[in-house]
Amino acid sequence: MDMKDKIEKIRKSLEEDMKTVSSSKDCQDLKVKYFGKKGQITTLTSNMKELSIEQKKEIGQISNEIKTEVTTKISELEEALKTRELNEKLESERIDITLPSKKIKRGSRHPFQRIIEDVEDFFVSMGYDVVDGPELETDENCFQRLNVPIGHPARDSQDTFYIDPEYLLRTQTSSVQARAMQENKEKSPIRMICPGKVYRRDDDATHSHQFGQVEGLVIDKDISLADLKGTLEQFAKKMLGENTKVRFRPSFFPFTEPSVEVDVTCFKCSGKGCSLCKQTGWIEVLGAGMVHPNVLEMGGYDPSVWTGFAFGTGLDRFAMFRYEIPDIRYLYTNDIRFLEQFDRKDEENEIK
Amino acid sequence: MKLSRKFVSDYISIDVDTKTLADDMTRIGNEYDSCEKLIPTSQLTIGEVIECVDHPDSDHLHVCKVNIGSQILQIVCGAPNVRTGLKVIVATDGTILPGGVIKKGVIRGQESNGMLCAMSELGLEHKFLTEKDINGIHELPNNAPIGEDAVKFMELDDEVIDFELTSNRGDLLSILGMAYEIGALYGKKVKEMEISFKEETNSIEKNFKLDIKTENCPLFLVKKVTDVSIKESPDFIKNRLIASGIRPINNVVDISNYVMLETGQPLHYYDADRLGNKLIVRMAEENEKLTTLDSQERVLSDSDIVIATEKEAVGLAGVMGGITTEIEEDTKNIIIESAIFHPTCIRKTSKKVLRSEASNRFEKGLDPKRTYMAMMRSCHLLEKYADAKILSGMVEYKNIEMKEKQVVVSLDKINKVLGITLSKEEVVDILKRLQFETKVDGKEFTITVPTRRIDISIPEDIIEEVGRIYGIDRIEGKAMVLPVVPGTVDKTKRYIRNKLSDLGLNETLSYALTPEEDEFQFTTAKEIEKVKVLDPMSEDRNTLRYSLIPSLLSIFKYNKARNYKDICIYEIGKSFYKKDGIYHEEEKLAILMTGIYQLGLKKEMVDFYVIKGILEELLESLGYKNRYSIVATTDIRELHPGQSAKIIVNNTEIGVIGKVHPSVIKESVFVLELNLDLLFNFRVKKMQYKEISKYPSVLKDLAFVVKKNITAEEIHSVIKKAGGKLLKKIEVFDVYEGENVGRDEKSIAFSLTFEDPTRTLNDEEVMAVFNQIIETVEKKLSAQVRDK
Repeated sequence: MDMKDKIEKIRKSLEEDMKTVSSSKDCQDLKVKYFGKKGQITTLTSNMKELSIEQKKEIGQISNEIKTEVTTKISELEEALKTRELNEKLESERIDITLPSKKIKRGSRHPFQRIIEDVEDFFVSMGYDVVDGPELETDENCFQRLNVPIGHPARDSQDTFYIDPEYLLRTQTSSVQARAMQENKEKSPIRMICPGKVYRRDDDATHSHQFGQVEGLVIDKDISLADLKGTLEQFAKKMLGENTKVRFRPSFFPFTEPSVEVDVTCFKCSGKGCSLCKQTGWIEVLGAGMVHPNVLEMGGYDPSVWTGFAFGTGLDRFAMFRYEIPDIRYLYTNDIRFLEQFDRKDEENEIK
Repeated sequence: MKLSRKFVSDYISIDVDTKTLADDMTRIGNEYDSCEKLIPTSQLTIGEVIECVDHPDSDHLHVCKVNIGSQILQIVCGAPNVRTGLKVIVATDGTILPGGVIKKGVIRGQESNGMLCAMSELGLEHKFLTEKDINGIHELPNNAPIGEDAVKFMELDDEVIDFELTSNRGDLLSILGMAYEIGALYGKKVKEMEISFKEETNSIEKNFKLDIKTENCPLFLVKKVTDVSIKESPDFIKNRLIASGIRPINNVVDISNYVMLETGQPLHYYDADRLGNKLIVRMAEENEKLTTLDSQERVLSDSDIVIATEKEAVGLAGVMGGITTEIEEDTKNIIIESAIFHPTCIRKTSKKVLRSEASNRFEKGLDPKRTYMAMMRSCHLLEKYADAKILSGMVEYKNIEMKEKQVVVSLDKINKVLGITLSKEEVVDILKRLQFETKVDGKEFTITVPTRRIDISIPEDIIEEVGRIYGIDRIEGKAMVLPVVPGTVDKTKRYIRNKLSDLGLNETLSYALTPEEDEFQFTTAKEIEKVKVLDPMSEDRNTLRYSLIPSLLSIFKYNKARNYKDICIYEIGKSFYKKDGIYHEEEKLAILMTGIYQLGLKKEMVDFYVIKGILEELLESLGYKNRYSIVATTDIRELHPGQSAKIIVNNTEIGVIGKVHPSVIKESVFVLELNLDLLFNFRVKKMQYKEISKYPSVLKDLAFVVKKNITAEEIHSVIKKAGGKLLKKIEVFDVYEGENVGRDEKSIAFSLTFEDPTRTLNDEEVMAVFNQIIETVEKKLSAQVRDK
């Protein structure tokens, strides 16, 4: 058979074959049919050895042409089929994305702890150390070393749970002041806070017999009441918002002199006057003052060299304010429906 | 302390309204609770009943014509004492009374244009009123001017500020103290108190003996007055007592209270004829009895001070007088006591017996000068309002320092502590306002502190006074300049909280005080001595918790009662116990899990392995991998004996884990508790890069059929030993019990990883080790290999 006829035959046969192809897999079979060991194109050049150089050249060229032609045709078909097949596959995998997800359950963090961590972060950023102190304290640390000797009338305002005549449940985190001074053997400057639980014999809608406080203490040379005010202004802004203002009122605590009570602009009405602030626009949140020389002395610091300030504030109220919790008891009831509400990151702008 | 504006105005002139005064006082450190009119009504008018006839349709009402100056009103009145010619208090249409607004109306067919008022209708507390005041309308005196303001006429147009004073300012528990404070506030002088009186020729001194037997009484003054006439007090005294919260009784008793209010010095009057000629001050005997003025028999102890005759105690010093020497209607002669007792003693006694106006003042400490002043003032008023004759002389015991304290403070120190820059002149001006005598020497002030200010004794006290009067709120906040030192905080507990919350657990906060009967301890320790409070508020909260698990169980019960059954919670808190007489406080973490636990895509009923997984995840993420073990135990009373274990880290028991015993709770509840203080004692190794093997590892799986009582851990340790150093990892991936194995058998499948960091392992050597493992396990544990 003439070479040309052979090629024509191949062309025809390919044309027919391609009509029957329905999948990319069939294209593979087709490739085998033409390019396999006994394939029509392979056999075109099977008797090349017997031919002259010129014939070889000619047939080589022709067969190469047909090779390329067939390859291209099959490949094109294969490509087209593959695309179609992929599209069919994708279509068949279409799902209803509005069906419910396979959720990962989040736990929650208690609002009380969230407040503590915020307070800690703020003061750590100002160079304070966060220290811990025992809740089961001595009368000495909780009162006597804070200039509240036995029989002092200031004890009345803090009804105490005694364990025995010597030990009690601390009524204030101020007890850690006494410890921090004693434990600092070098008598070097102190900058610390101590958040924690305190206990008083008092239980009603606004008081819990157990509640949270944070105590702060700075001892250094040349510390003034103005420094205290500056510090608390920053603190109030961080905890209660940038527009919070701070007001000092003279007061009395046995362990500070001068002593001040610290009001902030009412968180509910921003100072306009409402039922929460009894129309005054201010809410008392903190007690503070310059560390009393007797307290410094009992802690081993010479009051003629050292000065310092101390402050203490309740934590529950900050939690109640931030999350708008109306009743302090909710913090301690542990209703799952309450707890689960606190299951995400606090918004940043509330912290700054 | 209730401050009557009228009362204090005797000693200081006030130019501002009462609300402003209250707010200004707050600014200098004296908070108030309320600021109100004594009679909280709108205008009440004086009227005269010009006609009074019985109501035609009532057996007790009267129809009256009342002249109120501007008009004559018909008013229906039910009071039994209403009659023609009576001067009355009239509330006209629209008047606001504490009980409501008065409106015109028709009462049983008769028009009524207002109300005739009883004192009880004006808003005074009943304790200040007599029977007459409550049952009938008030009868004004004949000279009452018709049409004028009735409240003003009765001098009840007073305003009262109720101060909540700080415990150091005992001096403000007096009108005089308040006057000095207001004087400092507005830069005004306090007026002198009238204390003059005429004395009789005969003296008390020869006839009266005083015997002070205790050092708890440093000052005791006695004077005698005779021939008093007991009657009702003048209105101004009664009104001021009422405004101050004290019930008027009779002129003599009222004067003693009036003087106490003015000076802050409590006085006691004895009926001289019932008392005799001697007073002894001594400590009470244990169980000594005394009937006080309120007719109660008090049993005393040796920490109480008593005033006594030779025969018996006649008064509980500083707290309340005895009934036997009380001033009565027929009292003629009076012994006046003005004294100081030790504040701590009085505080102790009054806490036990009774808090009184007197004890409140004694407790805070008194100014000895006022002790004298009150005596004189008392004589002055008794002479003036009770016709008393005052015997000359005074029996006096004095063992007290009366010199004024001197305090030296420099301008520098004041400015340094306050953080402001006051001039010398400004400081001098403030001290002058406070009426502190001051000597200035260069930049140093020497201040003579008046004895009334017993709260002031050190330079810092003066600095506070200066700051207070200057205006502590005028101090501007400064940014502290301190060395830049990083602050420190231990974040491990925070990490734990975040970890557990990420694992789907909710953080709780519960009370450390728990009921005593909550004897559950969740520990392998046999006996725990719990810590109890001496004076609990309730039986529910009398014991400090040793374990946090009972708190979590309560939370579980609370929520279960509200139909929440899938509960995964945790808490970190302090735990307390006593051992060998020493209190211990330790930080613990407790976890409770029950119902469905969902992590990621899996929802599972909580069982031992779920909570064990939480524990392992926590310990390993904290860095304790390969350092802990979980060892089965039957020693924890409150846990299921077949599903509980001790948690061991570095050979130390640091906690427990398991299913709560069905006798404690019937539901399937799993708990664990870790002692964090113990755990944190074990330092975690540094996180450090380890060379990654360049050579491939070989994985082999196999399963053993063993008797049920063989634990996975036992097989694990046999495999580990037999596997040698090529065996890198052993993991259990399946456990099977059922048809395909014997009844008392189970199948456990392991996945083993072999690796050599220095070379590629060949098949033969891996198979050699693998076969060695099979052989050893089969032999040692009577196991049967199942699949290879």
